[in-house]
Amino acid sequence: MSANLFDKVWELHKVGELPSGRDQLFIGLHLVHEVTSPQAFAMLAERGLSVAFPGRSFATCDHIVPTDAQARPFKDPQAEAMMAALEANAAASRIEFFGLGSGRQGIVHVIGPELGLTQPGMTIACGDSHTSTHGAFGAIAFGIGTSQVRDVLATQTLAMDRPRVRRINAKGALGKGVGAKDLILYILSRLGVEGGIGYAYEYSGGAVRGLGMEGRMTLCNMSIEGGARAGYVSPDETTFEYMRGRPYAPAGADWDRALAFWRSIASAEDASFDDEAEIDASSIEPMVTWGTNPGQGVGVSAKTPRLADLPAERREGARAAYAHMGFSEGQRMAGKKIDVAFIGSCTNGRISDLREAAAVAKGRKVAPGVRALVVPGSMQVAAQARKEGLDKVFSEAGFEWRFAGCSMCLAMNPDKLEGDQLCASSSNRNFIGRQGSARGRTLLMSPAMVAAAAVSGEVVDLRSV
Amino acid sequence: MSKEAYLRGLVSGRAMPLRGDDVDTDRIIPARYMKGVSFEGLGEFVFRDARFDESGAPKAHPFNDPRFAGAAILVVNRNFGCGSSREHAPQALARAGIAALVGESFAEIFAGNCVTLGMPAASVRPEDARELQDLAEADPSIRIEIDLEAKEVRAGGRRFGLSMPESNRKALVTGLWDSTAELLPGLAAARSLAAGLPYLSWARSAS
Repeated sequence: MSANLFDKVWELHKVGELPSGRDQLFIGLHLVHEVTSPQAFAMLAERGLSVAFPGRSFATCDHIVPTDAQARPFKDPQAEAMMAALEANAAASRIEFFGLGSGRQGIVHVIGPELGLTQPGMTIACGDSHTSTHGAFGAIAFGIGTSQVRDVLATQTLAMDRPRVRRINAKGALGKGVGAKDLILYILSRLGVEGGIGYAYEYSGGAVRGLGMEGRMTLCNMSIEGGARAGYVSPDETTFEYMRGRPYAPAGADWDRALAFWRSIASAEDASFDDEAEIDASSIEPMVTWGTNPGQGVGVSAKTPRLADLPAERREGARAAYAHMGFSEGQRMAGKKIDVAFIGSCTNGRISDLREAAAVAKGRKVAPGVRALVVPGSMQVAAQARKEGLDKVFSEAGFEWRFAGCSMCLAMNPDKLEGDQLCASSSNRNFIGRQGSARGRTLLMSPAMVAAAAVSGEVVDLRSV
Repeated sequence: MSKEAYLRGLVSGRAMPLRGDDVDTDRIIPARYMKGVSFEGLGEFVFRDARFDESGAPKAHPFNDPRFAGAAILVVNRNFGCGSSREHAPQALARAGIAALVGESFAEIFAGNCVTLGMPAASVRPEDARELQDLAEADPSIRIEIDLEAKEVRAGGRRFGLSMPESNRKALVTGLWDSTAELLPGLAAARSLAAGLPYLSWARSAS
């Protein structure tokens, strides 16, 4: 038996044991955005501290950025103040900042990988729970609170307990029209939204190996939705191929040293884990959520669960979810009429997501009465999409084509649901009120499924479009 | 205030029952209230959309219930604080007067954020969480005591065993929850560790 990736990377970054019993863990890469950092910079200043490793933090703006008109000052004075604070803090601390005009701005969890900042074997932290995304590279990546952002700025370390590691073995191959989003929604429906507390998840098995890097990012992105502290995929040739030539990736003589390092931290065949779970990926169909947490999902052709069939402790939550959604037990999700379709977010705002959605939208029209928008995950994704003509495919189909940002995933910018609108969304959370309206309703699904719903006006099985 | 006064090994106060599993951080503090560059004033917006309808009219909610005004201990159920890592959630609770939480279980990032604010989030058995909620509901004047040294919650003459990650408990009991203060002495060691990390040797400016 040998150590798994998580334990190897943890050991490599362990500075020592702290008086509280926690480990002091060095953080190799810190990503900063505008919403959870200004308070941390202020706390640092209050204590007379400065940023210890400014070269290991990188900042961008995503949460509050308007994605329709980006002229400064922003119309929302609070958003403008937040943006200005980040610009000032980054400049004063000599932290590299990818601003709106840089061509490299975007959602932190999209730009880290595409710039090659995210690398295998790293520890990564960001004041955002979806930092688990970076685990796709075989990095161990933690979402942290603002006081911990202060910790990283001041010391480049975190005080943490080492989680246990659960390997989730996804056997078999995903079927046609079924992708990483369906896989993670299925895993969440099986293991629950709190099943991962105390754990990091290592995703493995044929279905995971068969995913490209962007699919692996989608998978790891929603680890937090399962309660896991982190989620990752051990790196392989797919990972290394993605890294090659990225702006911040190692090059020349460093490339070979990097490859040797990356291979050395991978989980070997005989790696040991604290726990294991197995799922049959070949049985998964396109998934849709019916409730108000991401674990409340079903296959598109299956019926929503009967309360009596749920474990006793799940019934009250399901009952409340049905009440909010206006759904009932034993219904099929296919056929639900939608009001809004949202394609984007750190879960599904990458070029492969847009390609899959565009393939469905091409030559079709958004159904009457449906508002559909596509928000690329980064300006680089947007540029690539334009190069491939995807922006035109979407525009001609009647989708709004936007600038990069988090947008309607969490509705901190002007993109919000209204009233009790039902939204087919490629984002990560169907929490009550998440998309900006207290009565709003979110159906999580893959970006291709969102496109199919947009052109059909209702939830449909992508495989029948 | 002296450091000792901040020790959170023993917290007591009146309780507010807030029922339901998987109460997420978007519910605790909707994202639109996170646009301030400081945490000031967040207490006013705690559970905003659960407390008020779209016209601003109050709904039935423990935070609107005068019987629980001034309560310091929030009694919750399973997986409280799931979702986003926003520290705004425990900050909003603290600024609304909450000093500690008791419940069946807590999402990890939320629980960690509570520790950094010196706010215990103690786990009890599911039936004990419900009993504590019932006790507070029946008698809102009842005081709950969270004793991290004795690892128990006391209320109405009853004792309930509590648990939390040992490092969190230790940090709260010893006053070491200020993680930056705990980490700073290790900065030199962190620098020497960094000097040996392979990937920092090839880190460079973008090409």
